[in-house]
Amino acid sequence: MTILQPLEKKTLAEKLYLVRFKTDTESHLKVDPEKCKLCRERGCIYICPADVYKLDEKENIAISYEACLECGTCRITCEFIDWKNPRGGFGVCYRYG
Amino acid sequence: MTDKFDCIIIGAGPSGIACAFAMAKAGLDVVVIERGEYPGSKNVSGGVLYSTILNKLIPNFWQDAPVERHVVKKRYSILSKDSEMALELNFNNFNNPPYNDSFTILRSKFDRWFAKKAEDTGAFVLTETVVDDFIWKDGKVIGVKARREDGDVYADVVVCAEGANSLLAEKSGLKKKPADNQMITAAKEVISLPREVIEDRFNLEADEGLTMEFFGDAVKGMIGSGFIYTNKDSLSVGVGCPISVMKKRNMHPNDLLDAFKSHPMIKKFLRGGKIEELSAKMIPELGYKNLSRLVANGLLIVGDAAGFVNPSLYREGSNMAMASGVMAAEAILEAKGKGDFSEAGLAGYGKRLQESFVMKDLERYCDAPERLAEAPELFKEYPDAILKMAEGYFTISDMPKREAQQLARRHFKDKVSIWKFLWDMYKVRKSIL
Repeated sequence: MTILQPLEKKTLAEKLYLVRFKTDTESHLKVDPEKCKLCRERGCIYICPADVYKLDEKENIAISYEACLECGTCRITCEFIDWKNPRGGFGVCYRYG
Repeated sequence: MTDKFDCIIIGAGPSGIACAFAMAKAGLDVVVIERGEYPGSKNVSGGVLYSTILNKLIPNFWQDAPVERHVVKKRYSILSKDSEMALELNFNNFNNPPYNDSFTILRSKFDRWFAKKAEDTGAFVLTETVVDDFIWKDGKVIGVKARREDGDVYADVVVCAEGANSLLAEKSGLKKKPADNQMITAAKEVISLPREVIEDRFNLEADEGLTMEFFGDAVKGMIGSGFIYTNKDSLSVGVGCPISVMKKRNMHPNDLLDAFKSHPMIKKFLRGGKIEELSAKMIPELGYKNLSRLVANGLLIVGDAAGFVNPSLYREGSNMAMASGVMAAEAILEAKGKGDFSEAGLAGYGKRLQESFVMKDLERYCDAPERLAEAPELFKEYPDAILKMAEGYFTISDMPKREAQQLARRHFKDKVSIWKFLWDMYKVRKSIL
């Protein structure tokens, strides 16, 4: 048997669609909009493997906590991110891990 | 829940479950509090488990556990943009039990199995429950605050096995929040392929496994690496680099992973694959001198939360986690015998760690991350220059071989200071091999 076709390409959104999440109604991640306004690095925007942090049209940080993979990288990147564990049973639920 | 346990363990990962297993076996009343839907649902690793500790807890565990493959082949590779230099090692002796105590695993399946074993031994595993803080009284931890109604749970001693994102350990004051150069951020995909394809493609017999580590252009010349590990009918494919380095380059972990997967030397390993899951995890590389304080009155910290990861080529995390969990259990049993759960009463934990491979290895490789950070050429300039030289050496032309070789060597010398190169190689050998 020969399989020659290259690995399928998937965008990040498509990959996140494969991950199982149990979504809570409230975010477990919070930023301080005042601090964000003064921040030049905006490290959260590119360091998050799931693109949880994005700039909205008003240049504020919008948080798509629903897709958080719960690695904690943003918390180490930015000292102002308030990171709480999601409610028990909620959040990412890996099938492979 | 107003009962008092002998011990509360926070987190059902390798360290927490190993700790619970050892204590339950000794007859203690232990509860493991896990925030995920099931043990393993929040847990990620590259995927190699060294199993020296597990095999002592559960002899011949591989007959029962959902392990993927035992690792007989190891491949280390350096990439430039368009070339590769690799070393592959293959050991037939690792085909015999205990299989060199090296197995590829998928953590959501494996940890679930391991937690079940602890339950069968008598431990109580409470899932879907978050712990938000410790309960302190007179300078001593006497329980935890779980986020649920009547969530205060009490015990003689609490073991914090919460993992790398160590909110509670930091809250306790025992651990400082890690700096961005002390944490690796890693992203991984599980990519499925038929079993026969994996075995043919990687030249493996049934159940044999291969681990491949890639440096250099695998992660755009940054400190860090990419990897491919073979599971039964899938590959674990990932990249990991220090957060500080990623920040400096404005690098997105998913973009880095995609670039790795489409590198000309990597993409051929992945042909025909189907992406099953994306995951992400931080790996602590705190360094021996910056480890968390490990014990307070009524509290011990184990596993990734404590920073127990060997940063060298051995890549040992889960086994150290299990070792620390078992040593914490032994220290707690000792403390129970004396009726003293104070910091002094629990000192057996630190003592056991010091006498074991955990602290000896962490001390041996204490400066690996710093040494590597001092010589960024190792991941970019040196691989490029070496591979260019090799390409010149092997490029066939009408030029006499001696001239072609001189040209190739000159190219290398133009790009690299030989003395710095030798000095860096010496330092690397000393600090990471």
